[in-house]
Order: sequence, then C-alpha cells, then structure tokens
Amino acid sequence: MLKDRHVIALGERDGVSGPSIAACAEAAGATVAFTATECFV
Amino acid sequence: MTGPVVVCASQVLAHTPHLAAHGSKPSRELPGNAEVTEQFLASLRSFEAAVAYPPNQAYMSAIHPRALPARPWTAISDAGASRWTTGGEIMPEEEFLGLLASVDTAGLTTLGAGLAGRASAALEAHPLAKYLDLAQLDKARGDAEAAAAGKGAASVDLGSGPEAVVRPGDEVDQSLAAAVLLENLAAKASATLALLHLLHDYDIEPGSIDYVLGCGEEAIGDRYQRGGGNLAKAVAEAAGCSEASGADIKDFCAAPVPALVIAASLVQAGVFSRVAVVAGGSLAKLGMKFQGHLRHDLPILEDVIGGSAFLVQADDGVSPTIRLDSVGRHRVAAGGAAAQIMEALALEPLGRLGLATTDVDDFATELHNPEVTEPQGSGNVPERNYRTLAALAMRRGDIAREDIDAFVAQRGMPGFAPTQGHLASSLCYLPHALDRLTSGPATRAMLIAKGSLFLGRMSQLSDGMSVILERNPSQT
Repeated sequence: MLKDRHVIALGERDGVSGPSIAACAEAAGATVAFTATECFV
Repeated sequence: MTGPVVVCASQVLAHTPHLAAHGSKPSRELPGNAEVTEQFLASLRSFEAAVAYPPNQAYMSAIHPRALPARPWTAISDAGASRWTTGGEIMPEEEFLGLLASVDTAGLTTLGAGLAGRASAALEAHPLAKYLDLAQLDKARGDAEAAAAGKGAASVDLGSGPEAVVRPGDEVDQSLAAAVLLENLAAKASATLALLHLLHDYDIEPGSIDYVLGCGEEAIGDRYQRGGGNLAKAVAEAAGCSEASGADIKDFCAAPVPALVIAASLVQAGVFSRVAVVAGGSLAKLGMKFQGHLRHDLPILEDVIGGSAFLVQADDGVSPTIRLDSVGRHRVAAGGAAAQIMEALALEPLGRLGLATTDVDDFATELHNPEVTEPQGSGNVPERNYRTLAALAMRRGDIAREDIDAFVAQRGMPGFAPTQGHLASSLCYLPHALDRLTSGPATRAMLIAKGSLFLGRMSQLSDGMSVILERNPSQT
C-alpha cells in the first residue's frame, strides 16, 4: 500500500512512537522522510 | 540503621491566570487574534475557583486523590476549601509577582506602584514573611508602562495595562531574553516558595541543609551554556540555606525520581547529611491546551504554576525508607513501547526484589489531571498507565483478568496534577505517600517517572526511573 510513497512519521509519547511508525511504513515499502515523537500533555 | 528516608515534602501552587497568556502556546496563538484573546481572557478562573478546584486541593495534599469527587471537577464550588495546608498553599497572582520580584537578584523586574504596594502588603502578612527579601521587591517598584516600552521587555497585564515587566538580561543573547527570564524567575519563585514551606512548616533549620538538587524543567544559562544550570543553588540562597550548595538534575519530566535517587545515594554514601530536592513550575506549559478548553466551554485550567520540595536524610526511625535496591531504570535497549517501559520501570525491580505487584499499595505514575488533557484530545494519561500496569500484573500471574479494574482502582488513582510534566511524574504523590506510609495503612509506594527525551532531538529514546518507598522498619 505504501510502496514508492514518502512518509512523515509523527508519533505520540503515550501512543505509538515515531520510530515504530517509521519501521512499519518502511516494511510496507515506503521511504520515510522524517520521523519525530511529540508530547501533547 | 537502614537506608535513607524522605522526612517531609511540600507542594505549592501559584494561581497565575494572567501569566497564562505567557505560556508557550498562548504566546504564539493569541497575538493578532483579538477574538480568541477575548475568549481566553473571559475564561480565566478566579482565585477562589482555583482554590476550590478539587485536583488543586489534592495536589496540596488536603485530600487523597482516591477521595476526589466524581467529575466534572470544574462544577464543584467548595466555599470551605482553604488556601493553606501543612506544607503548602495556593498563592494569589499578585503575591506571586511580588515574590518573583523579590527573588530577582539581577533587578530586571519592574512592578507598577499599585501592584508593588499590594504585593508588598500581602507578603508582609504572609507566614513566610521573615524569610522573604521584601527590600528587593521594593527596589522593583517603578514605572511599569515605561519599562514595558523598553526593547525586548516581557510585560504582564493584569487587566489594566502592564503591571509587571521583566527586561532582557542582554540585548542580543536569546538565552537571556525577557520571556526566558520570566520563565526562569517563575520557576525560581515557585521552587523557593516550596522550599520555604518545607523549612518553615516542618521546622527544619535552613542552615542544616548541605545540598540542594533541582529537578524542574527550566534550563538556566546564557548563550554559551543554554542549560548551564544550578537553579537549585539560587533557590537555596533565596531560602536562606547558607551552608548548602547544589546542582540541577535534567531528565525532562522524569527528573524528580532520579533526583530523589541521587539525593538518597549521596546520603547513603555519607557525602551529605541532609539533601533537599526542589522543583519550580513551568510557565511555558501554562495554557498549553487552552484551545480544547475553550472549545468545551471550560475555564483555562492550566493557570497554576506548581512547586515542590522534599528532604532526604539518614534513617530517623520514623520516616519512610527509600529502597535504593529497588531502583528501576529504562535502559537504552529496553524498547520504547508503553508496555516495555512499564515492564522496565515497575516489573523488573519488583521481580529483582521477589515482590508481586500486589505487594505495592500505591503506584504513582504520570498523574496528569485528565480534565485538562481530555478536551484537547490527549486522553487520560494515568488511566492508560494503570491499565498497562494491570495488564502486565495479570500476565505475570499476580492478578486475574477480572481483577484488573479493582487493581487500577485500589492501587492506582485519578490524575490530579497540573500538566507540568515533572510535577505530574509521580512527584505530586510524594506528600500523600509519606502520609500513607507513616500515619496511614500502606507498606509500600512505588514512584514511577517517565520523560520524553526524544523532544530534544538528540535521540529517539524516552527515559524513566522508579523507586519504592517503604514504611520505616522501626514502625512495622
């Protein structure tokens, strides 16, 4: 589904982290352009 | 002789609704948006409402968090709620601005004559008046409007124009910009207030403190050392701890538990006899979720600056023991998923000690007030933590699946802390833990702190640390 797509992976500190999203996206064939985890509390 | 103990703890709040406009989020969103600014100002709480707000009473240890009434807490108006507790208070904004000016040793604060007079009169009548440098406050009295017109000034408008103004510490150094110094002074004032309550309310001689560790969120420094640090020693000076030196412990929101562990280690090693740990509040976090509050017709709930202080010393035969053999840490290789973090911080140390999760009476984790976080879509942070912990306890065989809700209700608690992460990160529970482990029925409390290390962009990791406090063996 994500093959040849570029992905920006924004994670949340209490949910799924940015690197986890990036790993999933890469496994699905995407190129990860940017990864970060943010804190919203 | 057993391990070091926590003797006493204090927690303070300063109700600062007009400083809330200087929080990072409002200061970016309000300028140039008259309609939102009007809504924001119309949604500020009165001092009486902030005092009566049940989570604030829980923060000051007037009520245990498990005894909080049903939500919505904003609907509760308790006319009998008190500003004062043993070890704490909620200070009104004008007094706090006076306190802030009194700890401004660089003399960069100007208070308008009206505000200076009212603040000075109130602080002269304050129980801590004898500790305060009211002469410094008097020096701050001046023309606030003229000061506000100065280049780079940060001015606080209490409703009728600039009344408190902080000038930059340097014309071009961004680390000494007025807005940064206002944040740092707010942190210093709130930490000083907490330390003074600790000393005064628990009859601790200021000169008996050897060392002060700071664990607040602010980084103090200049352009050559942005996080240079040692707000702790500045607070020690302001509180009259003449024999103390100090240092700051930085670990994002997790810092209080490492500071507790380091303080206990210094005492256990015989380096120092008495170590105070202090934390000022975070002005930057004020109003952070104001848009969610306005959307839900709530007042601006992030309108208080917190402060905290506690004292660590050698075993006195009464106070709760810090189990240094129970320290849990989030290792680099531990993994960053919520369950992995909780496993590292809660289960690994319990396993090492041969304890079950049910051997711990109270788990204190991130105790952010959900009434503040939910309207902005950030969910209920403590509930998520407790359900993760309960699921791990079930997997470990400590409880059955049907016991999860009871585990969460009996060993967890609702969040009640202001959303200033280091205060919420279990530090806010410390006075309650001391009560429960001395005059109450509890045997063990685990403090769990987590910090978002990744926010600094130097790593993708988070961090955390945990430690168990135990009823003093002489009292069992």
